[in-house]
Amino acid sequence: MMAPVEERQRHAARELDPNNPLPVVAPSTTFETVSEQISSIVLTRKTPLFWWCCFGFGIFLLIWFAIAVTYLLGKGVGIWGIEIPNGWGFAITNFVWWIGIGHAGTLISAILLLLNQSWRNSINRFAEAMTIFAVMCAGLFPLLHLGRSWIFYWVFPYPNTMTVQPNFRSPLVWDVFAVSTYFTISVLFWYLGMIPDLAMFRDRAVERWKKAIYGIMCFGWRGASHEWKWHQSASLLLAGLATPLVLSVHTVVSFDFTIAILPGWHSTIFPPYFVAGAIYSGFAMVVVLAIPLRSVYGLHNLLTVRHLNNCGKLMLATGLVLAYTYCIEPFTAWYSGNEFEMAVVRNRAFGPQAWSFWGVILLNVIIPQGLWFYKVRVKPQPLFFMGCVVLVGMWLERYMIIVTSLGRDFLPSSWATFVATFWDNATLYGSVGLFITLFMLFVRFLPMVPVAEVRELLPFSKPGGGTEK
Amino acid sequence: MPQYFARSANTIYRLVLFASAGSVVVVACLGYLIVRSPYESMQNVPREQPIPFSHEHHVGGLGIDCRYCHTTVETSAFANVPPTKVCMNCHSQMWATSPTLEPVRESYRSGRSIEWTRVNDLPDFVYFNHSIHVHKGIGCETCHGRVDKMPLTWQAQPLTMEWCLNCHRHPERYVRPRDQVVTMGYKYPPNQLEVGRKLMTEYHIQSLTSCSNCHR
Amino acid sequence: MNETVQPGFVPIEALTGPRGREYWRSLDDRDAAYTPEENEQFSEEGVAVSEASRRRFLSLMAGSLALAGVTGCTRQPTETILPYVDPPENVIPGKPKYYATAAPVNGVAEGVIVESHLGRPTKVEGNPDHPANLGATSVHSQACLMDLYDPDRSREILKLGVPQTWDAFQIAWEHAIGPLAARNGAGFRILTETIVSPTLGAQIQALLKKYPGAQWHQYDPAGSHSARAASMAAFGKSINTYYNFATADIVLSLDADFLACGRASTRYAHDFAARRRQGDRLDMNRLYVVESTMTATGGKADHRLGLPYSQIEAFAAELASQLSIPGGASGSQYGFWTTRVARDLQAHKGASVVITGEHQSPAVHAYVHAINETLGNVGKTVIYTAPLEEQPVDQIASLRQLVDDMKAGRVEVLLILGGNPVYNAPVDFQFADALNHVKTSIHTGLHFNETALKTTWHLPETHFLEDWGDARAFDGTVSITQPLIAPLYDGSHSQLQLLDALIAFPGRTPYEIVRSYWGANSGAGNFEQWWRKSVHDGMIANSALPAITLAVAKNVVRTAAAAAPNDSSMEISFRPDVYMYDGRFANNMWLQELPHPMTKLTWDNAIYLSPNTAAHLGFENQQHVELQLHGRTVWGSVWILPGQPDSTATVELGWGRWHSGRAGNGAGFNAYAVRTSDALWSANGVQFRKLANPYPLASTQMQQYMEGRQVIIENTVDYYKRNPGFVPKAEHEPEENLTLYPHWDYRGYAWSMNIDLTACVNCQACVVACQAENNIAVVGKEQVLARRAMHWLRIDTYYKGVPGNPTAHYAPIPCMQCENAPCELVCPVQATNHSKDGLNDMIYNRCVGTRYCSNNCPWKVRRFNFLLFQDWTTETWKMQRNPDVSVRSRGVMEKCTYCVQRIREAEITSQDENRFIRDGEVKTACQQACPTQAIVFGDKNNPNNRVSKLKAEKLNYHMFAELNTRPRTSYLAELRNPNPEFEPGAAS
Repeated sequence: MMAPVEERQRHAARELDPNNPLPVVAPSTTFETVSEQISSIVLTRKTPLFWWCCFGFGIFLLIWFAIAVTYLLGKGVGIWGIEIPNGWGFAITNFVWWIGIGHAGTLISAILLLLNQSWRNSINRFAEAMTIFAVMCAGLFPLLHLGRSWIFYWVFPYPNTMTVQPNFRSPLVWDVFAVSTYFTISVLFWYLGMIPDLAMFRDRAVERWKKAIYGIMCFGWRGASHEWKWHQSASLLLAGLATPLVLSVHTVVSFDFTIAILPGWHSTIFPPYFVAGAIYSGFAMVVVLAIPLRSVYGLHNLLTVRHLNNCGKLMLATGLVLAYTYCIEPFTAWYSGNEFEMAVVRNRAFGPQAWSFWGVILLNVIIPQGLWFYKVRVKPQPLFFMGCVVLVGMWLERYMIIVTSLGRDFLPSSWATFVATFWDNATLYGSVGLFITLFMLFVRFLPMVPVAEVRELLPFSKPGGGTEK
Repeated sequence: MPQYFARSANTIYRLVLFASAGSVVVVACLGYLIVRSPYESMQNVPREQPIPFSHEHHVGGLGIDCRYCHTTVETSAFANVPPTKVCMNCHSQMWATSPTLEPVRESYRSGRSIEWTRVNDLPDFVYFNHSIHVHKGIGCETCHGRVDKMPLTWQAQPLTMEWCLNCHRHPERYVRPRDQVVTMGYKYPPNQLEVGRKLMTEYHIQSLTSCSNCHR
Repeated sequence: MNETVQPGFVPIEALTGPRGREYWRSLDDRDAAYTPEENEQFSEEGVAVSEASRRRFLSLMAGSLALAGVTGCTRQPTETILPYVDPPENVIPGKPKYYATAAPVNGVAEGVIVESHLGRPTKVEGNPDHPANLGATSVHSQACLMDLYDPDRSREILKLGVPQTWDAFQIAWEHAIGPLAARNGAGFRILTETIVSPTLGAQIQALLKKYPGAQWHQYDPAGSHSARAASMAAFGKSINTYYNFATADIVLSLDADFLACGRASTRYAHDFAARRRQGDRLDMNRLYVVESTMTATGGKADHRLGLPYSQIEAFAAELASQLSIPGGASGSQYGFWTTRVARDLQAHKGASVVITGEHQSPAVHAYVHAINETLGNVGKTVIYTAPLEEQPVDQIASLRQLVDDMKAGRVEVLLILGGNPVYNAPVDFQFADALNHVKTSIHTGLHFNETALKTTWHLPETHFLEDWGDARAFDGTVSITQPLIAPLYDGSHSQLQLLDALIAFPGRTPYEIVRSYWGANSGAGNFEQWWRKSVHDGMIANSALPAITLAVAKNVVRTAAAAAPNDSSMEISFRPDVYMYDGRFANNMWLQELPHPMTKLTWDNAIYLSPNTAAHLGFENQQHVELQLHGRTVWGSVWILPGQPDSTATVELGWGRWHSGRAGNGAGFNAYAVRTSDALWSANGVQFRKLANPYPLASTQMQQYMEGRQVIIENTVDYYKRNPGFVPKAEHEPEENLTLYPHWDYRGYAWSMNIDLTACVNCQACVVACQAENNIAVVGKEQVLARRAMHWLRIDTYYKGVPGNPTAHYAPIPCMQCENAPCELVCPVQATNHSKDGLNDMIYNRCVGTRYCSNNCPWKVRRFNFLLFQDWTTETWKMQRNPDVSVRSRGVMEKCTYCVQRIREAEITSQDENRFIRDGEVKTACQQACPTQAIVFGDKNNPNNRVSKLKAEKLNYHMFAELNTRPRTSYLAELRNPNPEFEPGAAS
């Protein structure tokens, strides 16, 4: 077997040749190396400086988050820029944004599994982790944005002395069920997948206490064939459950707007529009996370250009769906002949907050067209840049949808322009901090690449054990 | 590779799993029970009063009509607590020197109110009106219980919204003839439901369950 | 005190207790009918207070937790009940009582009926029998409770800031007046505002009799100086003029905002609107307005002409000459207008009114007298009576003389009865400096204000709701004002009481004073009966001053025609603020936060400039500038006001107080600082300098153009005659069944409202009334800027046409109470639900605060407690709260409820009496306050009800009906009656 250096050079040479089918896993990888590679990150290798920086940064923002939330609960939602007519501002924007980001994870882990896309195997673990943490961040905002957060539980149907139940006609109640289901399924799926790898950690761990902890976490997994059998079917089952969620959750989220009669919200195109947007931003987040991990932890052999390329393609596709809806909206407004709808379109493009609209067009439509180019898709730096651009763009899109519609609705006398306050930003960036912190802990203490599933990709696992072409 | 855990670990493990799952259920049920317990609604708890006033004696024993003291119950939302003067109507003669009644005399002399502890107390955002309930034939007893058997007064009913709605949704179960409103220990006829319905039409009783009937 | 033994008709228990400290005790005995907060405010000494505060803490915790609604998880806190010891007769705990009295508004009395809960006045309504308002209310009488309960009121007698006793003052007084007494009191001066109280007048005379050498000066910054000067010029004596709009077909207003502010505006608005409705609106009166700034009246006009203040006189002169009145100056500057208006006026001799503003020049007033006489309006639509003032004088001269004497040291003792001359005297008088030459100066007032700061003594006054007194209304009708509550603060005395003490120490109680005065002057056979009736009715039967007939003696002497201002020499005009009046209401939070009719500005006054002038000067809206007038300067922000004449600026007086209290201090800028005695109302040569630091203005309506949307449907009467069905309805309103939800038919009552846009004059009385009735919080300027004002009811003001001279349109917007309510659909916790009688209920204690309902409301009438807006701590404000309405805490949504508490009360009363609710039995607070009866509320299921009839009218429409929300609130399209001769191309 040749020296890894040469290997990487040859590999790199191939990366830049589009006609050449890219391997999902670098040929040099074997059962042994992959286990070693992943477990060492957690068990033996020294924690890289990069990790400490990110973690520190995450904690720093997280502290801000804590301060912002404490102040919020103490003083009231009035510390934000929201007012009448703009009853919703950053909080709901963040909620929709985070939920959207979550979707890519589920798509990769569930849908691609069912579609038998082998390349998903090496990225699904951290993508799912991303989903879970994103949903956590998302889930916080509907609670925080309540005027009286401490009685959030009234949105749940439970026997109470008031004999009053939640209003099942309200999309917010649908949200509660959609999001909580989504979270539960994702967590189960994620953890189930991790069990074999945790067992592997247990076995490779040196210190007793680590053995103990991982031992407990892996439910005493022994790798017996019947265990594998159960494991397989359970995964498929959960994948089956999770698949519809990818579409349903964000559809329900979009109902928060479409059910309202507000011009700019009340639109039938929202569900597909939102789902596409969700996956768009989700894959953006995937590449934004994958590219640094890849280089820092030297996972080039597992997170290959094939992955980058596919993510890029998916972003491009979903991005185009969005672009289409952006074009359709003015058309339907004009076609409906409804003065209010047309006013919304005009207002978005030329109103006081036109910057948000044109920002969205630039960040979500124009710049990402770069993804047509193969080099942009497979070169880490440009792809990373694209990811960031799309993430910002998607946040801006939700912001635009919410405040431009609210700020100028039916009755001109109540028109007003939303202005964000310091605390709006504190909560937004704070939630990013929460995400980073959780994700860094995950990277540090849990298998970020599913060893077991990667092994399935290796030639030795295939019948005949032929080497890859 | 040597097994790290003893065999027994499995059992313990399962135990822990089920216990933790079970505890959630238990806690939920417990909370539910507490919320509905008399402890929470402070039901059946005799309340300390500056004067150990006994309804049992005045209503049960002497048979004084409720409205002799609670004069505004038929005219106002608020059923007043009698002014000291009303107490003194009798107690300037009876038990005129009894030390237990000293606070009453003191109040009468100084012109300072007796600070009674409130027994039946609804939240401030609930607007209850006595006059209409009395007028529609809801007995004092229905909400206040057998005060004629209360040496010290206590809250006889939970006074939760659920409890209010029981009657507001099915007045026919509880309504009684107007002349029986102040009766203690009123025996509902066996055919109360039809009697109730008759009274409902007679007294124009609607089942009011709109929010603003009680919350404004 | 011995009021307890008064034999007279003293209908309220508040008086049966002793005063001051003891008074608290007397109230302490009251039934705490509702919340414990209610009895805390009556608690006393240290111990009790600490006890109270503990109980309040508990109850607040309870309140918030209960509101937090952790139902069942919170046990009710222990509350106490404090029954009466000896109950006052006819007081039923839980039932409010109503008493008639009179509120001073713009210097005259307005009859009111005050609602009292257990001795706490909580709401003011108009007195239906009183000529000044016929049951409606002005913003000022609505808001007077905020003055009564103002925690910043002065509470103690102060000498140079040191608390003193009443007796100490008496001694000091004897000491000060002693040496003067030898000289018949020469050197003793009294300075009052305009006095319209017979008793007070008599007392001053009595005091002057005691000290013949003393002198009585009067000064009212917003007084009717010009009117007096004019009547002196025209008739040789000062008279009182008022108008009867009920019979006026044509009204010409020369710079008079008679519908929305000023004397008797409530009554005028009522009559004007009634005349506008006449004959199913087909026989409508016509209103011409020529004015120097955009006012609510101007917005209502059928024809409006914006002229600089100085040019109004030229206009009047021209009109006079058109009517061939000697002294008129022929000219053709305004020929187009004057010819047509003159023709119209002549066509309606005896059935027209020409009216001018108190602030216009004497010449204009004189012209108006002449014109009305020529048109034969006098005695018909224009009534002259003897003056209302006890002693009408040229107040400016009077004050000038006082100031000169003060500077010359001829004044040793100065008694300032009310008023605030240090703040509002003409700046060239330098009143404050003059005060330094006075040895003993005594100031009385509700507040320790700017003047009190400069005087040696300050005596707190009682509020008119705390004491006995009397006053005349605009037509002379006398009201005897009776107290609703014993004075909140020990040591406060009414002016009557003070004067009585100065005449003969220790003086009688106000009750005795007023009663004895009328005992001598009522001329009634059975005085006791007369007294009871007068006090009970809130007015003395037919005490209105008799009309007098006068002829204009002298021709109008026209002052030299002033040159029209231009951008190089701009003109400024002053006028009393619509709400602050002359500044006395500056600490009234309700009025501070009440949006101004045309600008929707709160918490500030502004420098009004026309769009052109602002453009010429290069000012954006809200540009902070320095206003320079003849060397004097003041800083303020510019507000670009459509309809403001070019090269003129208008500023409102009564702002920029520096010692009025926490609400008024620093709100707005002080225009008095540039107002001189020779230019009281207008001056030329004003200049502006841009300032760097921004000073934002808090307006509650950012967008004042309709963007071509069908918010307000309006047209002319002629058009309406030709096509009665012009109001689009059918094609807009979808069929009833166009909904997924099952149809609900409203048996029993179906409450609904109708608002007549033709009648609404944008006086904002309804908004304050709503605030008072529903415990609506005041949020302050910052929060208004953040667009979080809490008013449940708002009046939208829209401009139409060219910015230079637009028409204005007003739309009161309450909750529409939609039958298919969008808000109800989206609330996750069912905190807003539909009642069986079709009300859109809002349940505060169930609300978790998602604000989704507000997002989904097309009218954005819902208001949210973004922060803790309610004041939970100030005791006096708790006394004002309406016990029938929950006090909303932080984080819950609230909105107009159609005053559901009144509806439910009426339901219960009617059922107790085995009957149905009568039409008009339930009045919403806004409806009750509305001077023009633009708002009508009732059960639309009964076709005979007024509201049903109005909804059946052709003009009836629902705002945004196409949304199919089925609003219960509908509008009557606005009609105007322009003069066809004004049509371009019409024969001139």
